[in-house]
Amino acid sequence: MSAPHLDHGTEAEAPLSTTAERRAVVGTTGQTPGKEWVIVTRGLKREYDMGGEIVRALRGVDLAIRRNEYVAIMGPSGSGKSTLMNLIGCLDTPNGGEYWLNGQLVSQMSDDSLAHVRNREIGFVFQTFNLLPRSTALQNVELPLVYAGVPAAERKRRATEALEKVQLGARLTHRPNELSGGQRQRVAIARALVNDPAILLADEPTGNLDSNTSEEIMRVFENLASTGQTVVMVTHEPDIAAHARRVIVLRDGVIASDERREQFAARIQTQPAH
Amino acid sequence: MPILEAVRLALTQLRVQKLKSFFTLLGVTIGVMFLIAVVSVVNGMARYVEQDFAGKFLGVNTFSLRKTPDINMGEMTEAQWKALQRRPPITAEDAYAVREALPAGARWAIQDLRWVNPTTRYVAGGPQVVAQAVTTDLFRIKDLAVQRGRLFNEQEAAIGSAVVVIGQAVAEEYFPGLDPIGRTLEMDRVPFEVIGVLEKQGSVFGLNLDRQVFGPFLSPMRRVTNARVNLYGVVVQGQNPAEQAVLQEVVRETMRRRHKLRPGQADDFALESSQSALTQWMSIKKYLVLAGVVLPAIGLVVGAIVIMNIMLVAVAERTREIGVRKSLGARRRDILAQFLAESTTLSVLGAALGVALGVGLARVVAMATPLPTGVALWSVWVSVGLGAGVGIVSGAYPASRAARLDPISALRQE
Repeated sequence: MSAPHLDHGTEAEAPLSTTAERRAVVGTTGQTPGKEWVIVTRGLKREYDMGGEIVRALRGVDLAIRRNEYVAIMGPSGSGKSTLMNLIGCLDTPNGGEYWLNGQLVSQMSDDSLAHVRNREIGFVFQTFNLLPRSTALQNVELPLVYAGVPAAERKRRATEALEKVQLGARLTHRPNELSGGQRQRVAIARALVNDPAILLADEPTGNLDSNTSEEIMRVFENLASTGQTVVMVTHEPDIAAHARRVIVLRDGVIASDERREQFAARIQTQPAH
Repeated sequence: MPILEAVRLALTQLRVQKLKSFFTLLGVTIGVMFLIAVVSVVNGMARYVEQDFAGKFLGVNTFSLRKTPDINMGEMTEAQWKALQRRPPITAEDAYAVREALPAGARWAIQDLRWVNPTTRYVAGGPQVVAQAVTTDLFRIKDLAVQRGRLFNEQEAAIGSAVVVIGQAVAEEYFPGLDPIGRTLEMDRVPFEVIGVLEKQGSVFGLNLDRQVFGPFLSPMRRVTNARVNLYGVVVQGQNPAEQAVLQEVVRETMRRRHKLRPGQADDFALESSQSALTQWMSIKKYLVLAGVVLPAIGLVVGAIVIMNIMLVAVAERTREIGVRKSLGARRRDILAQFLAESTTLSVLGAALGVALGVGLARVVAMATPLPTGVALWSVWVSVGLGAGVGIVSGAYPASRAARLDPISALRQE
């Protein structure tokens, strides 16, 4: 496929990991995955105690995502995709199984260590943007660098660069309410990328945007993916998921399917998903 | 996150919520304002007592022999008070014996006094004045000088002429629009001729020193003051503190001999000096300072509770922001520092404002009342310290709640 808005033209897509490769890395419990693997989960479990009743949100998820992959995680509500996203994003810790992020076993980490991992390895993009309303675009983008202990001058330089990359170089001092939805989400993307994270983790990134703006944001993602950024996107919309190169469908807390975009697209044409 | 960053953030937060922040720091501001003001009044009074009162009212290097201490600020039991009343009176004979015992160069004076209502033909009624029957050296000891007329001389003193030297207030109140020199002032129906008006002296603790009338001790003034019952005081002045101490021992020995006290028996008279007055003052100053600190502390406690509430509201309102910050890598201690810095900045600002208002209030008090004031530097530092303390204490609980928030549920909050 060709994306007309890509800055660097159409590059060869990084090869997707094969099923066999993923099985191999997931199967070796307890071993540090190779450097090319950004995310590896082995039998990941998460249960909630809802007033005495145990809800098993994730029942053992084996997932392997290699560097430079652009992956969508789909699933109906209640499938466990939000839980999985929270675990991948190090906002939550699993009850069982392993989670290796960029070579570190994060499933056993303390709160503060997880905060450090979120700061360095993960760039969040939320459905509701989650920008600080009283801060300017620049201040919002600087925030992860503040927590990384980057000095003020360098912080400003890097945040400006990040905003320029999403074509918001002229909006540095605007506050979120002075920006359009698409612009806000691009500020959020700049914030997510400013610390050069291992993965960009997007949760329904187009959920609050109209279809034109959604396309605009998807083009930004494609652009990032083509320049080597690992992107994991959680969505319930098949046509948004179809932008990713690999689509994982979750159902009842386990992975139901894990396919290339083409296979996924072909399948949902014959049997509309969910 | 560095502290400076947290403070900057706190200031931004305060700027966007000016009114709310103002009300928040009101409690601390008022507490600190009164702390500064009360301490400066106490401080000013202290300076006043230690410099003006001790020198002007009691005299320099001076002590008085009295039956009982005149200045008594401590507590006394019924029995102690009765024991004081049972003491032998100080008589004129005592006074003369003391004079005999004193070495040359020491100044000596009898000072007896009573509050009286004088009369003149020019006004009907008027405020009470202190009638004093004194010997001539008292004017020198107290450094009193006339503005008009003259003091009574040795001869008038010796023969007991019915003449008086009056204070400025007495002149104005009893001889309105008149020159009092040569006119008659009656006390207890005894007429006295006014021969002098003293220079203005001001007042000490609300006691108007210009409302005094001095007559020779041997004149009928002695009857006005009831000198026969007990002399108010025999005043002795040395040339320096060391000589004063020596003179004090001379007087003590003289009186003990006259009262036939055996060694080991306590004095049954009082020797009161500016030092003893100062000692008394110091003991009440402690309580005044304590009150000046405790009362504002109540304001600070109220201020702390207000700040804690406001911070709890802020944490609830900004739960989502906390979630976002946590998702971007803020650790617990970063969130804790942020909210602590905010509450501390808030209350330190409140304290600073209180310092400014307190200094202003002290100025107003100094202008509007006879109370002298002087801002104590230590009270400024204590205030700022208290402000910071209040901020930390009141911010601790809200901040720790914020720091403990679960990022997922915080992010989910609307």
